[in-house]
Amino acid sequence: MNAIEVIHASKIYRRFSRKRQFATLKSALLSGSLIRDLRPDETFAAIRDVSFTVPAGRTLGVIGRNGSGKSTMLKLVAGITKPTSGTVSVNGRISALIELGAGFHPEISGRENVFINGIMLGLSKREISARFDEIVEFAELKEFIDAPVKTYSSGMYMRLGFAVAIHVDPDVLLVDEVLAVGDEGFTHKCLDKFGEFKRRGKTILLVTHSLGLVERFCDEALWLDAGQMKAMGDPKRVVGAYITDVESQEERHLAASDAKAQDVAAISPDDPAAAVLPDHPVETAAAPADMFRATEGRWGSREVEITDVLLAGADGERGHVFHSGERVDIRMRMRAPLAIDDFVIGIGIFNADGVCCFGTNTGIEDFQSERIFGDVEAIFTIESLDLVEGTYKLDVAVHKRDGYPYDYHRLLYTFRVKSRRKDVGIYRPRHEWRFSDGIALSRMGGDTA
Amino acid sequence: MLHNLARLGRYRGLIQSLVARELKAKYRGSVLGFFWSFINPLLLLLIYSFVFKYVLPARFEGIEHYELFLFCGLLPWTWFSSSLLESSGVLISGGNLIKKVLFPAEVLPIVTVLANLVHFLLGLTILAAFLIYFQRPLHFVELAWFPIAVVVQLIFTLGCALLLSALTVHFRDVRDILGHVMTFWFFATPIIYPYYQMEDWQMRILNLNPFTHLAITYQEILYFEGPVGHWKWLLAVGGASVVFFLFGYFAFDRLRDTFAEEV
Repeated sequence: MNAIEVIHASKIYRRFSRKRQFATLKSALLSGSLIRDLRPDETFAAIRDVSFTVPAGRTLGVIGRNGSGKSTMLKLVAGITKPTSGTVSVNGRISALIELGAGFHPEISGRENVFINGIMLGLSKREISARFDEIVEFAELKEFIDAPVKTYSSGMYMRLGFAVAIHVDPDVLLVDEVLAVGDEGFTHKCLDKFGEFKRRGKTILLVTHSLGLVERFCDEALWLDAGQMKAMGDPKRVVGAYITDVESQEERHLAASDAKAQDVAAISPDDPAAAVLPDHPVETAAAPADMFRATEGRWGSREVEITDVLLAGADGERGHVFHSGERVDIRMRMRAPLAIDDFVIGIGIFNADGVCCFGTNTGIEDFQSERIFGDVEAIFTIESLDLVEGTYKLDVAVHKRDGYPYDYHRLLYTFRVKSRRKDVGIYRPRHEWRFSDGIALSRMGGDTA
Repeated sequence: MLHNLARLGRYRGLIQSLVARELKAKYRGSVLGFFWSFINPLLLLLIYSFVFKYVLPARFEGIEHYELFLFCGLLPWTWFSSSLLESSGVLISGGNLIKKVLFPAEVLPIVTVLANLVHFLLGLTILAAFLIYFQRPLHFVELAWFPIAVVVQLIFTLGCALLLSALTVHFRDVRDILGHVMTFWFFATPIIYPYYQMEDWQMRILNLNPFTHLAITYQEILYFEGPVGHWKWLLAVGGASVVFFLFGYFAFDRLRDTFAEEV
């Protein structure tokens, strides 16, 4: 038996023009445009022709970017809004964890709110009385339950809302990214509760950005993109496809912002308008006084010019998103119109906080410069990009041994390091755990680095 | 629509507890609390009596104890007008429920009307005290009409409340217009003046106002001597109210699906 059936469902929101928003009943009546004004000027499809079924007892995870229609989908299943076309049907009692404590009245006590909220969610008074202690226990609000809800902290408020909703004992549970309601301990309790639901054969629809949770917890995953169904099936496969898509999108974004940063930096110095813009890369002949201030920019005499910088992954393709541990090439194309014998080529990697993660140059590494002339290329290969996940910026420079800059590009290139492991810090050394007898561990979740 | 209407019965428990919550929350934090339900009508009466006895002395033949006459019409009117004024905004202020929880929206205006009904019933005790103080004779047969008048008014008020609350979602200015409409309606109803002393043409106009007949009925039951002569009108208004309620519910039901998006 299917617990949830969605057949060719579409949800089209109407958008009204400015005029409509300020229109009043009076003016509508006066101008006789009542009917016309009620017609939308344009439409926006939040959900476009989505069909799927969830068999009873299964857990479906819905993933997708912000604005992809996940929450609308949930509201359709919950019956809060109706599809514009197609059908949505659900078998059994629904409880929707969309907004916790939506029906709470701030002036009255937690106890009374539990009762009224429970009745709103479809319980009878007797059922609530029977579960009351359990609810309060779960919400960890024993000593505050008789205080007015307006005195609660937002965490307490959410916990109480969650506790009531979860004790409705639904056949179908709809969850919209609400696991961030409490501290670590409470989140675990919620997850345990979901696990218990699963074991008891209840159906769960989970909307979340936590991909790990989907992989670990769901039987199936549904990926929505711009209101359309992009993929559905095995969570590992769908999440993988989703991550790949997000990365390629990020790649495009970074490429675009890189191009922008370099465009601005390339504005000639005698354009005064560009020079006074604060916080924008400014090209100057001299280096800034404080070399460690991490502002973007470009300076130098251009006796040697860096014409292009690109990052390439293991496949040699230009890219901006790399996985931790991958091989990365930094390729610098340079032009030296005149032969020069005093030069140093350097790179620096900074993280989003402006911390220099690594910097080196040919001088530090004991190369003796002899000659640079014409259109040339220097390739800096990082055998294994052992950085933790995050956004990084790149410095590249050519200068004299004494520091006189030929061409200095500060933080003009951005790349992202992705990792399935959320380890912290900056540097991720190659590592391995080993355990003596007496320590038993088993591996769970994502197995790739 | 009839299916939805039948479903209303199942929300009894919900409506009950929401009315109780409304009453509890209303006076929470005020010193006199619950007593405001009694003090409110008393103060209102005091002001009107002062105005019409000393500022603009109203002299109507055969109306002794003017304040008592006034009270008989004023109390049901207060129920009616505050129900409408409150219910017009109730879907918007309860927007969270409609948008985020599977919640039968019609419960909100109904709860508003019922909560005001409770205030009305509490106010009746003050009226009863007045009746005893002025030693007005009450007849059992006449009093039997009282619950009927209340039911008619309830149905009529519910119809108005449903229609207004649904309209306000789409036209927020209903709330602003409504205050003035209610003021005008008050003066177009024989509450501060007796119906029977009007000219013929004035009576014909007043007859068009459904609340005229409710007010007259209350006055005949509680104030005027003699049998309730207005009962035919009351029943006619009752029949019209049922039709109007169904129309109000129908309109509400038709607009229901738009609430979650427009609120």
